[in-house]
Amino acid sequence: MADFVPQLLQQLFNGLSLGAIYALIAIGYTMVYGIVGMINFAHGEIYMIGAYSGLVALAALGPATGLPLLAVLLIMLLAASVVAGAYGYAVEKIAYAPVRGGHRLAPLISAIGMSIFLQNWVALGQGARDLAVPALLPGGLSIHAAGGFVVTASYARLLIIGVTVALMIILTLYISRSRIGRASRACSQDLQMASLLGIDTSRVISYTFIIGAVLAAVGGVLVALAIGKLNPFIGFVVGLKAFTAAVLGGIGSIPGAMLGGVLLGLAETLAAAYLSPEYKDIVAFSVLIAVLLFRPSGLLGRPEVEKV
Amino acid sequence: MKPGITHAGLTAVLAGVMLAPVFGLRLVGSGTGIRLEADWTPIVLGMALVFLFQLARDALGQAFAGCLEKLPPRPTPSRQVLQGAGLALLLGAFVLPFAGDRAQIDIATLALIYITLGLGLNIVVGFAGLLDLGYVGFYAIGAYTYALLYQWGGWGFWQALPVAGAMSALFGFLLGFPVLRLRGDYLAIVTLGFGEIIRLLLTNMSALTNGPDGISGIAKPEFLGHPMTRRAPEGSVTFHDWLGLGFNTQHILIYMYLIALGLALFSLFFTCRLQRMPIGRAWEALREDEIACRSLGLNPTRIKLSAFTLGALFAGFAGALFAARQGLVNPESFTFVESALVLAIVVLGGMGSPAGVILAAVLLTVLPELARGLLEYRMLIFGLVMVLMMLWRPQGLIPARRPKLELPR
Repeated sequence: MADFVPQLLQQLFNGLSLGAIYALIAIGYTMVYGIVGMINFAHGEIYMIGAYSGLVALAALGPATGLPLLAVLLIMLLAASVVAGAYGYAVEKIAYAPVRGGHRLAPLISAIGMSIFLQNWVALGQGARDLAVPALLPGGLSIHAAGGFVVTASYARLLIIGVTVALMIILTLYISRSRIGRASRACSQDLQMASLLGIDTSRVISYTFIIGAVLAAVGGVLVALAIGKLNPFIGFVVGLKAFTAAVLGGIGSIPGAMLGGVLLGLAETLAAAYLSPEYKDIVAFSVLIAVLLFRPSGLLGRPEVEKV
Repeated sequence: MKPGITHAGLTAVLAGVMLAPVFGLRLVGSGTGIRLEADWTPIVLGMALVFLFQLARDALGQAFAGCLEKLPPRPTPSRQVLQGAGLALLLGAFVLPFAGDRAQIDIATLALIYITLGLGLNIVVGFAGLLDLGYVGFYAIGAYTYALLYQWGGWGFWQALPVAGAMSALFGFLLGFPVLRLRGDYLAIVTLGFGEIIRLLLTNMSALTNGPDGISGIAKPEFLGHPMTRRAPEGSVTFHDWLGLGFNTQHILIYMYLIALGLALFSLFFTCRLQRMPIGRAWEALREDEIACRSLGLNPTRIKLSAFTLGALFAGFAGALFAARQGLVNPESFTFVESALVLAIVVLGGMGSPAGVILAAVLLTVLPELARGLLEYRMLIFGLVMVLMMLWRPQGLIPARRPKLELPR
């Protein structure tokens, strides 16, 4: 029983870092849903592509560049953001924009096709097997607790939390202060009205996809560094869980996505620790179903009004 | 055409950025680190292609527009012709197993299983307009029902088949309940979650399902109580002894094929009749407009539940047959990709169109077998086809024809 508190602390820390990643990806889902009203099924794949791009940048820099660690990290994140942003933009233009306004299920089916395509696209280019990611940030902070139990906060996971918090602050300021942020809020309220008022809605939609993709890519690079391996199929389950987080928080609400991500990360980690590790995915999906059943508008979302 | 060139140039740069980290710069693990193997050819080639395509796009668009106008309108064959074609196809389907070799019969059996699945999902997605991404879960339940009944109870295929269907239908009914209030995208995601949960449960309940390894050695169907094996278990006579034939492994293949054919025909008949029944009309009403449907006094709860239940029923039958054909079930066979494949069959064929579903199921199972050299690209092409179909022909290969009457002008 003496181990209980430090063990719980360890799990909370792990859950928090996992939840931070879910939050980063969930924002992409929630922003897109808020404006276009579709589930961007390929969002998880953008996250995976971001991770690969960051790794390509790392490998391009080579093992002995002499650059400080911070610069290497920044270059990785920048490369991942640029590539993922390009993918986010292109996917929207190619697969989603043309089918908008057509058949009700068309965007979702197109997105599922895109998701399968991108997985195999990367598998074809980079190989389908697990790739070992070099440990850029080995070690971590250790806190010795009573009873000999050590709580370890690895640097890679601390970085996840730090970067996520920073990005959340930037995003919140951007949405509330900037011109395009204001335009995107207008679009999420009423796309048609916004376009009547002279807002270039297709531009706002593109921005939304790019911002979502960049956040997901950053998450991808950070996770790859923390976990140490990567394959082209990691995006699917993570994407699904991030979507769960977005729904949990209330889809369309950015603070909701942040909250939902953290809650889901904590729930999953605690379930893995105290129930059984095999059941952590089941817990995540059960949370999704339970939320949709009992509070379909999520924790912070507004109830959807049925329009006739 | 100055802006055209700028635009094409920008698009080419975008393509370069997208291609480079995937195809140009390959990551190769070396010891504890990774290094890059650069190959600029695919990048430059891709950029050039995109550049040229963007430049020529307007011209191409005009050419194709002209081409489409020249195409004659799709002929609408008369009833007799359609019936004749249907009969010919049916005859061909019955003759095929006696003319084909082992591999052909096996693939044809698989195609028939997918036809059954497609027709089942067509009820949910095509008729009722409820996007179900977890359909494979019901397929898994059907397969595991037979596998478990065989393993723990020693049941035969024919005893287990109705139970497998009933089990899946029951799950369809139970899972239908909670998702009733959801619509559109939410429904899709929740059903996807259900499908994944079923697979995860099958993987993790090792005591019952033997975990990731699954259950193997499942018996093939018997013919009127006569097993089609070389040697019969005690107290029964094998099929070849019963008929006085020599033992031939081809027999069981043909038999499986005929069962699959029977099942597919049953599903076809059943769904076509359902569509014309009040319940089928109600599904279509629900698909077109839920609010109007409710206003007319139709009960959406019952309509949705019946669609889920009946759709799952066929998945259960198909699952039991799949288990018998493979002789082995494991959770690996029931991943999301399988759901996507069945959905692609329905979408590709034309939602709500049984003929389209059959055509798409045959295409999607036979084409990959023919193009074995392209195996690597199979899923890539599959995803691409889904996107392109939505862009160019969202109504499917053979769109569902609705009875309609146009007033003379």
